[in-house]
Amino acid sequence: MLRLEGVTVRFGGRAVLDAVDLDVADHETVCVLGPSGSGKSTLLRVVAGLQPAHAGRVLLGGRDQGGVPPHRRGVGLMFQDHQLFPQRDVAGNVSFGLRVRGTGRAEIERRVAELLDLVGLPGAQKRAVGALSGGEQQRVALARALAPEPRLLMLDEPLGQLDRGLRERLVEELRGLFGRLGTTVLAVTHDQGEAFALADRVVVMRDGRIAQVGTPMEVWRRPASEFVARFLGFENVVAATVTGGRAETVWGSLPVPSGTEPGECVVLVRPGGVRLGPVPGGLACEVVSRTFRGERVVVRLLPEGGPELEASCPLGAAPGVGERVGVSFRVDDVVVLPQSRPFP
Amino acid sequence: MNTSLRRAVVATAVATLGLPALAACGGSGDKGGEASGGKTVTLVSHDSFVASDSVLQEFTRQTGYKVKVVKGGDAGQAVNQAILSKSHPQGDVFFGVDNTLLSRALDNGIFTPYEAKGLDRVPKEFQADAAGHRVTPVDTGEICVNYDRAYFADHKLDPPKTFDDLIKPEYKGLLVTENAATSSPGLAFQLATAAKYGDDGWKDYWTKLKANGVEVVDGWEQAYNERFSGSAGGKKAKGDKPLVVSYASSPPAEVVGAKPLPKEGPIGVATGTCFRQTEFAGLLKGAKNTEGGKALVDFMLSRTFQEDMPLQMYVKPVSQDAKLPEVFTRYGAQVTDPQTLAPEKIAKNRDQWVKEWSSLVLK
Amino acid sequence: MVLARPEVTEAEAAGAPDVTGAPAARQAAERAPGARRAATRLGLMAVPLAFFGVFFAYPVASIVTRGLTDGGRWQLARVGEVLTDPGIRDVLWFTLWQAAASTALTLLLALPGAYVFARLDFPGKRLLRAVVTVPFVLPTVVAGSAFLALVGRGGLLDELWGVRLDTTVWAILLAHVFFNYAVVVRTVGGLWAQLDPRQEEAARVLGAGRLAAWRRVTLPALGPAVAAAALMVFLFTFTSFGVVQILGGPRYATLEVEIYQRTAQLLDLPTAAVLTLLQFVVVAALLAVHARTVRRREATLRLVDASRTARRPRGAGQWALLASVLAVVALLVVLPLAVLVLRSFEGPDGYGLASYRALASAGAGGGTFTVAALDTIGNSLTYALAATAIAVVVGGLAAAALTRREGRLVRGFDALLMLPLGTSAVTVGFGFLIALDEPPLDLRTSWILVPLAQALVGVPFVVRTVLPVLRAVDTRLREAAAVLGASPLRAWREVDLPLVGRALGIAAGFAFAVSLGEFGATVFIARPDNPTLPVAVARLLGRPGELNYGQAMALSTILMLVCAAALLVLERVRTDRTGEF
Repeated sequence: MLRLEGVTVRFGGRAVLDAVDLDVADHETVCVLGPSGSGKSTLLRVVAGLQPAHAGRVLLGGRDQGGVPPHRRGVGLMFQDHQLFPQRDVAGNVSFGLRVRGTGRAEIERRVAELLDLVGLPGAQKRAVGALSGGEQQRVALARALAPEPRLLMLDEPLGQLDRGLRERLVEELRGLFGRLGTTVLAVTHDQGEAFALADRVVVMRDGRIAQVGTPMEVWRRPASEFVARFLGFENVVAATVTGGRAETVWGSLPVPSGTEPGECVVLVRPGGVRLGPVPGGLACEVVSRTFRGERVVVRLLPEGGPELEASCPLGAAPGVGERVGVSFRVDDVVVLPQSRPFP
Repeated sequence: MNTSLRRAVVATAVATLGLPALAACGGSGDKGGEASGGKTVTLVSHDSFVASDSVLQEFTRQTGYKVKVVKGGDAGQAVNQAILSKSHPQGDVFFGVDNTLLSRALDNGIFTPYEAKGLDRVPKEFQADAAGHRVTPVDTGEICVNYDRAYFADHKLDPPKTFDDLIKPEYKGLLVTENAATSSPGLAFQLATAAKYGDDGWKDYWTKLKANGVEVVDGWEQAYNERFSGSAGGKKAKGDKPLVVSYASSPPAEVVGAKPLPKEGPIGVATGTCFRQTEFAGLLKGAKNTEGGKALVDFMLSRTFQEDMPLQMYVKPVSQDAKLPEVFTRYGAQVTDPQTLAPEKIAKNRDQWVKEWSSLVLK
Repeated sequence: MVLARPEVTEAEAAGAPDVTGAPAARQAAERAPGARRAATRLGLMAVPLAFFGVFFAYPVASIVTRGLTDGGRWQLARVGEVLTDPGIRDVLWFTLWQAAASTALTLLLALPGAYVFARLDFPGKRLLRAVVTVPFVLPTVVAGSAFLALVGRGGLLDELWGVRLDTTVWAILLAHVFFNYAVVVRTVGGLWAQLDPRQEEAARVLGAGRLAAWRRVTLPALGPAVAAAALMVFLFTFTSFGVVQILGGPRYATLEVEIYQRTAQLLDLPTAAVLTLLQFVVVAALLAVHARTVRRREATLRLVDASRTARRPRGAGQWALLASVLAVVALLVVLPLAVLVLRSFEGPDGYGLASYRALASAGAGGGTFTVAALDTIGNSLTYALAATAIAVVVGGLAAAALTRREGRLVRGFDALLMLPLGTSAVTVGFGFLIALDEPPLDLRTSWILVPLAQALVGVPFVVRTVLPVLRAVDTRLREAAAVLGASPLRAWREVDLPLVGRALGIAAGFAFAVSLGEFGATVFIARPDNPTLPVAVARLLGRPGELNYGQAMALSTILMLVCAAALLVLERVRTDRTGEF
């Protein structure tokens, strides 16, 4: 459906998108994940035709979109802050794309009602958009983007401004909706939870380049670089030298999965793989803080040497602040990352 | 600006603005149709020009020409505009150049000679260009000091009659006049003193007048409507000057429309302080409708037009067969011997005199 | 400094390319496909440029050229002669200092008014705001004579304390306050009403006293608006004509008055040309400063809905302030207007409708005035409507072209549009006369010339009202429309037009009111005899007699009512975010 070939955009000499290649298949939902400034929004704008590329090609359905203006591309874009037309009511917003295509009035009314049902706002046609809550605006924006049945729907931080509960519910709803409609979706977000919940495939971006592409599971389990690991929220990342099935680090010697190539590398330990025991049993650490995360507690540990560690333990088993513990590492949760520039 | 550049500018502008449409709508919007056509004659004048509709219709009935009137500001402005646009005149006839401005108009050659029919009924004293017939006198009037009758009755004082009276102590601080640099009656009053006291003597006179507390304002409107206690406006504005430089026709004007007519008007005229102003009309050089223009100039000397003027413009007819309306004969002043100055003399001295007058009186 | 600018923007662009898609992306987006947008902008500018070229630049250049050439040769020695003439230097000095003093006095008296209109709620506020704007759009002939009733002999000050200010410079200064009060109230008050009061509250919470909070938070935010208002007032008073003529008496002359006398009375075109150029220089400098302050103002502020910030007055201080502002308004603005109305009812036999009846029957009865009042009103409305249409089209297109800020050319164009406000009406009028004298441009005897001249004055108001709103329209709304399938034209119609619609309405109303009251340009143009209200008033005032004077006052009252009605309608549709007026 969508293919980007070497797309490059520069702002004042700096490449915001640097030779990006990307494919999105029909009916697939792809989520671009990256921090602010990584070029994700620009990516969407290039696809929509709002931002010309300095190099490379954008193909939709196999056809080069060079020179095709935004209104002829047949894509939908839901803006981060919705950009609802303030002077129109809900129905006026949702029907906009249909009206500019010259759809008949009866058909428009039918479609608007149908879409509002779909996004969970039945009967909201006459409401003023200014009077809607953030979540409702969100739904209207979605209905508006869906109305012309775009061949590709793009979402810019679709759930960015919503509160947590609403966000979790909407992610599920959206996923179900896209599945039912068979829509091809390209979304961008800085929130990994959102991306993993929504996407068939995740694209992690950094500084205008693609850092990793894969299913949520692949990316989560095997981050392709220290950057990806840290961006996904992993803190226990440390330089290591692998020799014969173990990695030497400032935290001592860690087990690594069998078959790991010997040499310099970076090692990630997922918090769940950091086990706490009595002090003599391992790396001696002091508990610096405890943070409840629902079922589990995240404990920050200060080892005698090296940077702080993060451990995730069951509610009952968490030590108190100031206690001293001995730390060991479970091999299943140790991931060897390719050597890369240290994260700034 | 050179012509080819000018053409280019104009052509571009026309193309961009769609001006043909604009010009067309401009033309069609006018009552009376196109100015260039044979059936319309265009009269260029100042803002004070007024004629009754019925009189203009009479002209159309007699000659078949419709009159289109174009006005541009006060008399001075209108004359200057006519001079500036002499290569492409705005119309066929210009009316409203008076003897104080006549030389400027004649020197700039904006008129074509034409001897109007009916000139034989106009006394020679009004015919300023009797030799060339470039202009035809149409109306006349006097600029004189007016006085508030009530004030002088209340104060048991005789109103002034002459220029010499005005510098007497009993009239100290009573007179308001207009700036000679900006106001036509103001200039006329200065010229009157120059005519009376001579090329240098007028300055002595004004020194005394200033010492006697003459007040100068910029325009006739302020002088007459705001400061003069005898006018309707001045009464409302609590005007504080019982003497003002105005027109000999102001007294009848004050009572026009009053019902019933009072026995005596509220204003009198100091008949020894008058300066004659005559207004002329002329055929514009380059006129598109010369024949219509000639007919219009003729018509302006006709009894119909001459008798319409007094109540429209507060001026007197120049033609001897025209009768003044009753309100003029009953309330107007009989000015027998007004001051006059030859237009050439005015033209020669005007700017210098005004400059001297300004530094003498205003500073 | 100037050269370094582009780099600065580029650095900014590189710094935050991805955040919310905004300015950086927008700027960059413009640079790449620049050619097409430049073409669009040029297309939009074509009509306003042609309009100003033909109906302003060309006539003014013609009259100045005529003045400074003799037989095709430039007479530049004249420039030196005029500029070294002590009389002219006196005029220039007086013009400058009276404008500075008028501006200071206007700010002093009107700033409290701006606060009261912005932040306090009181009954009749809308009506009062319309009323204080009436003088601004009234012709000076009318307003000047009304103002005399306040400061002239027999005026209120004279009756109460025996103080007479006419023919003193104080009368000029106070009348300038009378005319420009609304400029400050609207420009500064408009912004003040939208400043978020919570910022001042935040400062209070942080320990600043009431005054300190105002001085440190509100004043800096208002500063540019105050500067912009001050510059506008300075511009209007610097080019003051009628007020100085009517109230100042013959001893005082501004450059504008001098230009008028040299052109219209003395036909001294060389001197007039030099003075016109001199005035241009000063006005252009002012406009440059104005453009800077306006840009700064647009850049920095967070604004809120004006309707949320006003409250009923609380405490003795606020009540006292409200009372004193109302007193100033009553004395300086309402009273002179009221005198005008009163005089229109005053007849020879006491109060009554005699003058109005005379107006209604004029032309038929007394035979003193041939144009019936109803015709005059009709003429005025027709001209004003035509002028408004022209001003809205030209000004709207100009504003659309100016929506994007950058580019020195664009800024220059912005200033060009303001220049007619600072150009003597007589220069333009006489320029028309000699420049537009050949077909197809020979419009000299066409009625359309009057609305065209009025539109010259109306366009700057339209631009200044519409432009800030257009600039405030989020580019991404247009993008949203494009992505939904709307072509650029359609997107403009669907997104910009509805948002700008109200501002355009306000601009149109203001242009209408200004055109109605426009006197200068109208009177200096030779035109067919369809006098407008102000011209008819001037003509009536120019004739002696009870009847004429009363009719002049009655017509003025009608003019005032029409202006006030137009302004009152505007008050109803005032948006939260309108431009400077």
